[in-house]
Amino acid sequence: MSMAVDGRRRGSLAIGAVRRDFAPWADPAATPFIRFERVTKRYGDVVAVADLSLDIFEREFFCLLGPSGCGKTTLMRMLAGFEAASEGRIVLAGQDLSGVPPYRRPVNMMFQSYALFPHMSVERNIAFGLEQDRLPKAEIAERVVEMLRLVQLEPFARRRPAQLSGGQRQRVALARALAKRPKVLLLDEPLGALDKKLREETQFELMDLQVKLGMTFLVVTHDQEEAMTMADRIAVMDHGRIVQVATPGEIYEQPASRYVAEFIGDVNILEGKVSEAGEGRCTLAVADAPAPVSIAGVAEPLEPGREVALALRPEKLVLTHEAPPAGTPNVFAGTVWDIGYLGDWTIYLVRLASGRTLRVSRANATRFVERPLSWDDEVFVHFAPEAGVVLTR
Amino acid sequence: MNRRFGFFDATALTLGFAFLYLPILILVVYSFNASRLVTVWGGFSTQWYVSLLQNEQLLQAAWISLRVAFLSAAVATVLGTLAALALVRYGRYPGRTLFTGMVYAPLVMPEVITGLSLLLLFVAVDFDRGFWTVVLAHTTFTMCFVTVVVQARLVDFDRSLEEAAMDLGCPPLKTFFTITLPLIAPSVLAGFLLAFTLSLDDLVIASFTSGPGATTLPMRIYSQVRLGVTPEINAVCTILVALVTIGVIIASLATKRSAVARQ
Repeated sequence: MSMAVDGRRRGSLAIGAVRRDFAPWADPAATPFIRFERVTKRYGDVVAVADLSLDIFEREFFCLLGPSGCGKTTLMRMLAGFEAASEGRIVLAGQDLSGVPPYRRPVNMMFQSYALFPHMSVERNIAFGLEQDRLPKAEIAERVVEMLRLVQLEPFARRRPAQLSGGQRQRVALARALAKRPKVLLLDEPLGALDKKLREETQFELMDLQVKLGMTFLVVTHDQEEAMTMADRIAVMDHGRIVQVATPGEIYEQPASRYVAEFIGDVNILEGKVSEAGEGRCTLAVADAPAPVSIAGVAEPLEPGREVALALRPEKLVLTHEAPPAGTPNVFAGTVWDIGYLGDWTIYLVRLASGRTLRVSRANATRFVERPLSWDDEVFVHFAPEAGVVLTR
Repeated sequence: MNRRFGFFDATALTLGFAFLYLPILILVVYSFNASRLVTVWGGFSTQWYVSLLQNEQLLQAAWISLRVAFLSAAVATVLGTLAALALVRYGRYPGRTLFTGMVYAPLVMPEVITGLSLLLLFVAVDFDRGFWTVVLAHTTFTMCFVTVVVQARLVDFDRSLEEAAMDLGCPPLKTFFTITLPLIAPSVLAGFLLAFTLSLDDLVIASFTSGPGATTLPMRIYSQVRLGVTPEINAVCTILVALVTIGVIIASLATKRSAVARQ
């Protein structure tokens, strides 16, 4: 919450990509659509979800992100009704879901394995949920056609799932889950089984679909790129707890802890001690740095002497051949230890005098470089005071 | 796997198959024997099949056997499938190991013991032995075979299919009939055919549990053979072998097809 306050205080400065006029989580008057209230799930002695509270708002594209075994799937399965919470309750649109069986919940799920019924055609798969509601035949047929059009699978209506490609199956699963127009669509690793190119396309399709249908999407994923691309907000989970809930931009630029900083994207973490602290800024003594490091935009108050970690994103470090002009803050000297050329980016591993290696990345904005950096070059790395993030956890 | 099929393999295969199937082959061949003497070949004839049709006793026994086999296989299929579900689905519950052992016991129990114990039971509860006692006895010993076959299929059944159905608004019982059962149907059918052929074959348990007026075909054949093998018996046995073979082939095809469909 402190992050949202901080964002507003800085006025015109914004973090990450911004979806205009959609931030119900920052509005104290908004009522949450889904509430997890102190939910705990135990399997024998193993705690899968530990005293977790979370609010998700209507029309939100929400991602649960974490490594396998962090409890994200369990949380989703509790919302779907396949698992019962050991403690706490889940409320959806004002209704307490405790004791409501999965077949009476107004949510639908897209399964990781897709779980298409192999003995039914694509059409019948999509119609299945509507048939359970005993809708008139004509209406079912109409909705099936509408869904097939939505996922562009009209020519495949009579095929069996086994006769479809992986991408097509994924769309059938999506259409089947959407057909009943659920209040919330749950997606369990929706893109996990697709190859990279298709995954990227589908990410944008899902985002379009979600806006178009005005539905609330809850996605479980272990892929941070997927979460960053699609979500309005991300909850990063670890060992059954939520470590941080924020927009993708805040998660990346203002991580709440070392765990989050290291889980999302690449980061250099340096150990340091606060030597001087002021309003929103501080100076750190860092063993790997020749001079005190000054940091601006500090989110929480710090007292001198406190042990902290300094997180530096590789793309926010500036790499030069010549020494930066005198008076430039936060300069490190080192040698180029290794270079990884990725096409769009180049990664440089710079070895500092202390023996520590810093990861620096540079966008290859031009095709030709006048003085390319090479192995063993003597170089300088510096960064702006706003580029570093001080982590106390 | 690119080894050539050598002389040794061919010999081993021939001898192995001969060991297993030569006696049956002789039986089949002699059922078409024109001679009355079982051990002397007197030319090809189908006369024993014709005279078989006039043998009231054998025909009646065959009819009883078929009815017993059908009824007991039907009941065993229902019970065996339920037992398989209980074993695979309900995780750990008290008495599970005991239940597993009890389901599988008839598989390894000597038939004489099964037959004798059932006989004692029927006598103890004063149940008149006859057609229904044979059906009951056959249900008991064929059920475990159904369980084994169905359980093998259920173990690698994707539970998320059932969850998907329930998620889409389908109550559990309806889910079982619209999703689970159609998908495990081939193995249920295989279990049924297996139970059917086992019941058709059985002599020992039927002898213990049968009563007057409920003589099954194997019992009839056995009692006739004691008076001397007639070519008529060979003809009946040939038909029995054909029936059992067809049953087993259909059962294995059903399981194989469903395995292919799942890929």
